Amino acid sequence: MTETPSFPEPVISVRNLVVEFATRRGPLRAIDGVSFTIGKGEVLGVVGESGAGKSVTGSAIIGLIDAPGRIAGGEVLLHGKRIDNLPAEEMRRLRGRKIGMIFQDPLTSLDPLFRVGDQLIETIRTHSDLSASAARERAIALLAEVGIPAPERRIDGYPHEFSGGMRQRVVIALALACEPDFVIADEPTTALDVSVQAQIIALLKRLCATRGTAVMLVTHDMGVIAEAADRVAVMYAGRIAEIGPVRDVVKHPLHPYAAGLMGAIPTLSSEADRLTQIPGAMPRLTNVPPGCAFNPRCARAFDRCCIERPEPALPSAALAAREHVASGHRVACHLYTAREDAR
Amino acid sequence: MSEASLVVVRGLRRDFDISRPWLNRLFEGQRRLFLRAVDDVSFEIAKGCTFALVGESGSGKSTVARMVVGLLPPSDGEVTIDGISMQSASDSGSRQKLRRRIQMIFQDPYASLNPRWRVSRVIAEPINTFGLLKGEAVTKKVGELLTLVGLHPDDGDKFPHEFSGGQRQRIAIARALAAHAEFIVCDEPTSALDVSVQAQILNLMRDLQKEFGLTLLFISHNLAVVRHMADRIGVMYLGRVVETGDSRALFARPRHPYTRMLLDAVPDLDMSGRQRTPVAGEIPNPINPPSGCTFHPRCPQANERCRREIPAMIDGVACHAVEEGRAG
Repeated sequence: MTETPSFPEPVISVRNLVVEFATRRGPLRAIDGVSFTIGKGEVLGVVGESGAGKSVTGSAIIGLIDAPGRIAGGEVLLHGKRIDNLPAEEMRRLRGRKIGMIFQDPLTSLDPLFRVGDQLIETIRTHSDLSASAARERAIALLAEVGIPAPERRIDGYPHEFSGGMRQRVVIALALACEPDFVIADEPTTALDVSVQAQIIALLKRLCATRGTAVMLVTHDMGVIAEAADRVAVMYAGRIAEIGPVRDVVKHPLHPYAAGLMGAIPTLSSEADRLTQIPGAMPRLTNVPPGCAFNPRCARAFDRCCIERPEPALPSAALAAREHVASGHRVACHLYTAREDAR
Repeated sequence: MSEASLVVVRGLRRDFDISRPWLNRLFEGQRRLFLRAVDDVSFEIAKGCTFALVGESGSGKSTVARMVVGLLPPSDGEVTIDGISMQSASDSGSRQKLRRRIQMIFQDPYASLNPRWRVSRVIAEPINTFGLLKGEAVTKKVGELLTLVGLHPDDGDKFPHEFSGGQRQRIAIARALAAHAEFIVCDEPTSALDVSVQAQILNLMRDLQKEFGLTLLFISHNLAVVRHMADRIGVMYLGRVVETGDSRALFARPRHPYTRMLLDAVPDLDMSGRQRTPVAGEIPNPINPPSGCTFHPRCPQANERCRREIPAMIDGVACHAVEEGRAG
């Protein structure tokens, strides 16, 4: 697996991850063989539509998959050590200290009954041996860093006294409180207005770049990815359809699904009268078609697509040269691995 | 332009009473409190055109939509549709005639369809309410409508929960078309949908608009969607329209500082690396809005006059800086 050379040191590696949910009709495979790595200081964007498995991937990495779900295969490594099979108590200690989390809804990820300062101080003291007053100092410094005005006063406020954008800043402060090596941000800006979204993305990007934190940014919004990510993984029906440097995937998507997705987004500069339309909808996980999961909706599907499942691979050399494919750009599509005559 | 306008909205205002209960006010010595959600909003929509209202949450877009369709009485101002005023059409007959011509598509297709009704009954409801068709003809019409929005006539026997979000929004569109409405108010019709489904619905709406010559009021927070759909746009901030204009011109040359800020905040999918002014602040609390121009605390061009005086709408922009030629 080749990686972009600028991020040589993988913080987190996910290898062939499989997540299943037990249902009455047998196991349901929500994640099916997902692999990627995220380097120090790198932001990996994970995009896909609802039900693609983006959030489940994030939850699996931090060990928050509850029954009836379970990790049925593969491994997750943090700094080369497996963390997917750790006992619950050890994993709990890892979360917060080594791995930070930012969720979509800032109101539900803060406890409404506690002052934001108490929540920050609790997190800091759980994972370090700072004294109460030192932890408070640290909490104020953190709030100042995430851009909350008058932090020494606001630290004693309750979550409901903060606006949506300010709450999300507090959540970011919480996630970064213990200087984690890896942060999972699951739709961090979806609940926010566009002007506030831009502020939060800029903040997240700046903080993680200065600390060298690896970030997995889960979102359905391609715009956010284009703005914030270094690399992007496009997910479809529990699998990675395409992964590569953000510029290449956004500007020259290879996978027909990724290409359709990009064409479906209305942009401020486009003059097109009609948007590109992908027929149909994502299959239910109980009913994923054999072969390539995208084949019933794909205009370029051929017989091999209905039989054989494509694995993410580098496009063949001839194709790579013709389509200007950058290194590290992998795509799970037979169009790019098949013999030339198959196209 | 005025004679071709199907919908004319003049000086629309809506106050919500947010006072504590009477007894609390009596004991705590509090006065009545009002929230002005919409203030002095005026616009016209020409027949067959799309007018869009954009703005962030709390800017009053949906309140305007609800007043335009008559779900909410305005505190002041008037909505006129094809020359008939919604407020003064006193006899129920002429009001019902007007109502038939207006339909609404809501944001959440999971909440806007009755879960206990079969889809055919949902779609037939406006036909029966207005007594347009009888018996077999209704069933036939429902089948036609379903085909029109890209579903199968047999889908009418299913319940809403059997459909995905995009399919439900198609059902909502079929229902809106059932009574031959000319004017459809769409309140965030695609914001609950995934992008590929959103593209399907937006394409469908444009096709139907062309086919039936529909007039649309399109409410959205997504500027790119609005850019794609609308002929004319009104940008709302804290209950007021701050800038209005032709879609193309407004996006090419935004004049109000808020419009500029909004456009700058949209993530750049072209990855052109264009220089962007960082956005400051958030929408203030509408219970206690800033004095003068409500945008002044976030505005880089605000001066003393902006803090004092509410700017008037001049030539499509309500801004002192533009009026005085201070805005670059």
